[in-house]
Amino acid sequence: MSAGAQKHFRTELARVRGRGAAKSGTEDFWLQRVTSVAGVPLTIMAIVIGMLLLGRNQAAAAQILGSPFVAVIMLLFVICTVLHMKIGLQEIIVDYVPNESMKLTLLLVNTFYSWVVGLICAFAILKMSFGV
Amino acid sequence: MAEIRPRDARRPVERPLSPHLQIYRLALTFLMSGFHRVTGFGLYFGTLLLAWWLLAAASGPNAYAKFQWFAGSFIGQFLLLGYTWALIHHMLGGIRHLIWDTGRGFGPQEREWLAAATIIGSLTLTLIIAVISYFAIGGPR
Repeated sequence: MSAGAQKHFRTELARVRGRGAAKSGTEDFWLQRVTSVAGVPLTIMAIVIGMLLLGRNQAAAAQILGSPFVAVIMLLFVICTVLHMKIGLQEIIVDYVPNESMKLTLLLVNTFYSWVVGLICAFAILKMSFGV
Repeated sequence: MAEIRPRDARRPVERPLSPHLQIYRLALTFLMSGFHRVTGFGLYFGTLLLAWWLLAAASGPNAYAKFQWFAGSFIGQFLLLGYTWALIHHMLGGIRHLIWDTGRGFGPQEREWLAAATIIGSLTLTLIIAVISYFAIGGPR
């Protein structure tokens, strides 16, 4: 190999992968598809569960929401939704916010919001399920 | 070594811009594309309703009564109806996107049909759910 061919430190493998300094690239895209496929039956079931609880008092609602089958469906719905909505809003933020510091701030807020909302829902379902 | 020159980030790069929204004629497919993002954005905050509902049910009768009072108020009813429609619209729009992901449904008639099915389907299903819910909570009182 001549001295002239050695112009850069990047390996050929890194060059053909074409990702620059990024170590990955399609995880969010793929997770958004996975959660949308799972989201269809889970959304339908969550709507049905919601409608079954219309007009019931707290004791009845907590008993139904805490029953194993319903609780598992609702937990799956919440986890699936929160993963999906975090990536979705992240996409909106990077599309519309050109200012770098504002973008980073909003991405942080997005992450915090998604975790907090997801954990509130999951905790509430588990609490009803374990009846404490 | 190749010369490394840090780009001045402060100066906007001069490059041709792609045409934006106002350039295009309004089409149903274009509207449904926008609706998908807008409903997703709305659902992001609508999840707070879900969290409040679950937390109230887990907390006790007083907390649940507060939620039920809000859900029965005019604003609550409006938000719940909007959340339901957005959820169903986003779900149907998502199914449309999943069909597109397989490489199908891009033909001129197909895409128009899919766009129409998304909005007609979401409005119809929301209406059905609203009517069932109305009678489930006791109908006219």
